[in-house]
Amino acid sequence: MTTALALQYLVAGLTYGTIYAVVGIGFNIIYNTTGIINFAQGEFVMLGGMTAASLHRLLPLPLAVLGAVALTTLVGAAVELTFIRWLRRPSVLRMIIVTIGVSILLREAALHLWGEGVRSLPYFTGDEVTALELGGARVSPQVLWSLATCGAVVVALQLFFHRTRTGREMRACAANREAAALCGLATRDLVTLSFALSAGIGALAGCVVSPITYTRYDIGASLALKGFTVAILGGLGNAGGAVAAGFLLGTLEAFSIAVLPAAYKDVLAIAILLLILFLRPSGLFGDRELARLGAS
Amino acid sequence: MPRARHLQLALLAAAVVAVQLGADAAGKPFWLTQLTMAAYGGLVVIGLCLFMGYAGQISLGHAGFFAIGGYTAAALTTADLTPRRGAALVELAARVHLLTLRPDLYGGELLTVRPWPAALAAVALAALVAALLGVPVLRLKGHYLAMATLGFGTVVSAVVVGTEGLGAADGLSGVPPFELLPGLAVAGGAEARAQNYYLAWGLVGLGMLLLLNLVHSREGRALRAIHGAEDAAGAMGIDAPRAKLRAFVLSAAFAAVGGVLMTHYTGGIGPSEASVMRSVRYVALVAVGGMGSLWGTLLTGTVLQFLSLRGVFGSFDDAVFGATLILVMLFAPEGLLRLELPAGLRAALARRRPPPAEG
Amino acid sequence: MRSLSPLPLLLALLAGAAPARAVEPVKLGALLSVTGPAAFLGGPEQKTLELAVDDLNARGGLAGRPVQLLVKDTGGSPEKAVSLAKQLIEEDQVFAIIGPSTSGEAMAVKALAERSGTLLLSCAAAEVIVKPVARWVFKTPQNDGDAAAMIFEHLKGQGITRVALLSSNTGFGKAGKDQLEKAAPAHGLQVVLSETYDKAATDLTAEVTKVKASGAQALVNWSIEPAQAIVVKNVRQLGLGIPVYQSHGFGNIQYVKAAGPAAEGVIFPAGRLLVAESLPAANPQRALLLAYKHAYEARYHEEASTFGGHAYDALLILQQGVKVGGLDRARVRAAIEATRGLVGTAGIFNFSPTDHGGLDASAFLLLTVKDGKFVPLAK
Repeated sequence: MTTALALQYLVAGLTYGTIYAVVGIGFNIIYNTTGIINFAQGEFVMLGGMTAASLHRLLPLPLAVLGAVALTTLVGAAVELTFIRWLRRPSVLRMIIVTIGVSILLREAALHLWGEGVRSLPYFTGDEVTALELGGARVSPQVLWSLATCGAVVVALQLFFHRTRTGREMRACAANREAAALCGLATRDLVTLSFALSAGIGALAGCVVSPITYTRYDIGASLALKGFTVAILGGLGNAGGAVAAGFLLGTLEAFSIAVLPAAYKDVLAIAILLLILFLRPSGLFGDRELARLGAS
Repeated sequence: MPRARHLQLALLAAAVVAVQLGADAAGKPFWLTQLTMAAYGGLVVIGLCLFMGYAGQISLGHAGFFAIGGYTAAALTTADLTPRRGAALVELAARVHLLTLRPDLYGGELLTVRPWPAALAAVALAALVAALLGVPVLRLKGHYLAMATLGFGTVVSAVVVGTEGLGAADGLSGVPPFELLPGLAVAGGAEARAQNYYLAWGLVGLGMLLLLNLVHSREGRALRAIHGAEDAAGAMGIDAPRAKLRAFVLSAAFAAVGGVLMTHYTGGIGPSEASVMRSVRYVALVAVGGMGSLWGTLLTGTVLQFLSLRGVFGSFDDAVFGATLILVMLFAPEGLLRLELPAGLRAALARRRPPPAEG
Repeated sequence: MRSLSPLPLLLALLAGAAPARAVEPVKLGALLSVTGPAAFLGGPEQKTLELAVDDLNARGGLAGRPVQLLVKDTGGSPEKAVSLAKQLIEEDQVFAIIGPSTSGEAMAVKALAERSGTLLLSCAAAEVIVKPVARWVFKTPQNDGDAAAMIFEHLKGQGITRVALLSSNTGFGKAGKDQLEKAAPAHGLQVVLSETYDKAATDLTAEVTKVKASGAQALVNWSIEPAQAIVVKNVRQLGLGIPVYQSHGFGNIQYVKAAGPAAEGVIFPAGRLLVAESLPAANPQRALLLAYKHAYEARYHEEASTFGGHAYDALLILQQGVKVGGLDRARVRAAIEATRGLVGTAGIFNFSPTDHGGLDASAFLLLTVKDGKFVPLAK
């Protein structure tokens, strides 16, 4: 393999990785507040892309994206208020199942609302054929947009969870809901906020990847599968870890395609991921103690 | 309480007969077709119920075991070995009566493995995979366990859809009937409809007997102790990893048996049967039946599958399913058979009432 | 909004219950993948059938009896297709079944149709469905083999000898891959790479990089999902200057819109529906194509695709069979086998006892994309 070719595979891995990472980050916010994984996260991503594509018929792109993020944020809050709030001290198993139910409902609603056709947003800069040269390899500018979004969201979340009062309260809520409530925190509202925030970030992810991946009513499940994988692999609750794990998975997939039949791309990548999980059950960058507490 | 269990099984038998007679009387003998398919799906969910409801674990990869069973049986009983005649292995298999000659749909002849050895190989393979996978995977908990089993399901699904020999996206068709005993075959034809219905539900009854005895034995108590608190169970002298592994392997074997029989009954299997969405559906069926209740799981699992197979919900199949799931989790987390108001709603109602007089 | 309102159903039920109705309706089953991964096939097929059956009933139905359409959604699962097929055959005792939408499902229900002697008019394209010939099974889409041959002929004309193949992991992709690999040597072409990707693929940069590394002089992609728009995009983004050919699955303008400028110059074989307006007035298909297209677009406010056309043709073939053979299954079957020169949306059907597909290479036309529109490829 020539260097230029290896670099091109690396860029392909970067493209896959960015998609996985930007979706994976969203899983961490709800987890950080409640200790649960939201299996409907992929549907928030889908709703973001679909809504933005619909709004873009009337509005300029930035407004369409903003509008989609705002609407999906509301959907996120509504999901929590309607389905989650009633459950007191739910087990991980029950939460997984409720959020699976929510994901199915959102997907079917999208099918009956938008139909089975494919939609997409235009490229934020350039178009479908634009590419930048990177030392012999070529990359679409939209990949860089996604990358920048990833970076911005990770930094913003880091600041939010560690520097703001609400963020710290949300983390306290995850560590021990009862204790947090005793200290006078409105834990219920914090959970609602976490769903809203995570839906909004999912929608933003859905908008930036839409030009690359297109959006269809059922794209959520396949995106969420990979997003979930990298969120776990990166260590639950760790947005930076999810991004790193996203790039790892993307690169693994790209090089797996280089050497194996492409049909088996998931086989090699997931086999390696399982191996990592067996050796480090709390993920690559997870806090072992926290993961054990949160996940058991 | 063995007597109570025998009574329950007798009730099941009575219900099975009553449904058949009722369907006949109502002029709807066709329903038995989907009831038979629902029974084979029922084998998968009661096996999963042992692993989820009793041992308190989760598997988002059970469609993988169903597929290992179904695909192994289908591949062995449809791959024509005629061109390989003369190869040492084929000759050996023929000499020990593992092979059979049968006509195909177009009047040709096929030399394939007999259904019985194929079925045994299929279930053994699924159990073996479960045992090998279970050792590392069952050390994980909660989301991590969900992730790992999901990964396994994804791998199986990618392999079956990516392998030319397994029919890739088209799957395998032309699977012959499976003659369990002389004159008693798993076959989809209308003429043997009632016979197959009783056969399928008889097998479900056997499966239930096995599982009920298991959960009421020392083994079952150990599993429930693990469900409650794994560390404490260890302190009580229970070998938790081994008990979990046994439950996992057994539930995988149930899924594989379901897969083998369903494949022979419908005459084929496709990659959608191996998909992650299918695994999610099995988990959901167990949840709707109330996690820790074998009877609840069997009842709701088979009824919902029956309705879905008849296309009762049309294009809203998945939507109805999602809604049922949420409603059950909100209002009847112990399963549809045990309806209760959610704690939050109860608290809200209680607040409306005047507080009890203090004093 | 999709037209799934319960009102027409209710009206149909009421109408069925009305005592005034003297004639028993002819039941027609449709096994379609309306939801699930193949919804983009089943969706237009269902809409087309509802449209065409309404139209047929307005014109007096089949042999003077009204037609009752029973649409069953399989969700793309062969297991469910088998269950629902049995229901249609044994319980509803339908006169014929239109569908299924995917080849895996078609293969799963083929034996059922054969044993029960029920006409099955498949909307799935794979040639294995009718080769070897099963007495009761017909199919309406064009042959993948003809599409592959047409692409390869064109490649040869360009002096190309080394070709890379990409296909999706669906029944459509698999059938195309098989035909392409089989036909390449006969056209003097060397397949330097043949790869399969996931139907839900979100980006294919690595696969296209592999194509680049293979030194292929042209790329043929065979799929039916949005991924085929992603392929052309990635090819252009990598600056790969080789010509890109697609299958007839590309015949849906939404993929051209999605791929934007990247779709320009893509060459693919397709039925004449996509260029109906620009056909010469003498073309025998023109009137039918325009009528179908306008009716579909007026009712559903979306562009007609060739997939819906397959269901339209299935009903057309059945009508022709009933016109000759009346409402007798065996005679209708024989009449269909004897049908010659029937103009459909996919082409002109000529069935025979050894050919249950009825179409040949003349059903296809090589098209290309110019300024975001489908146009016939200049010779």
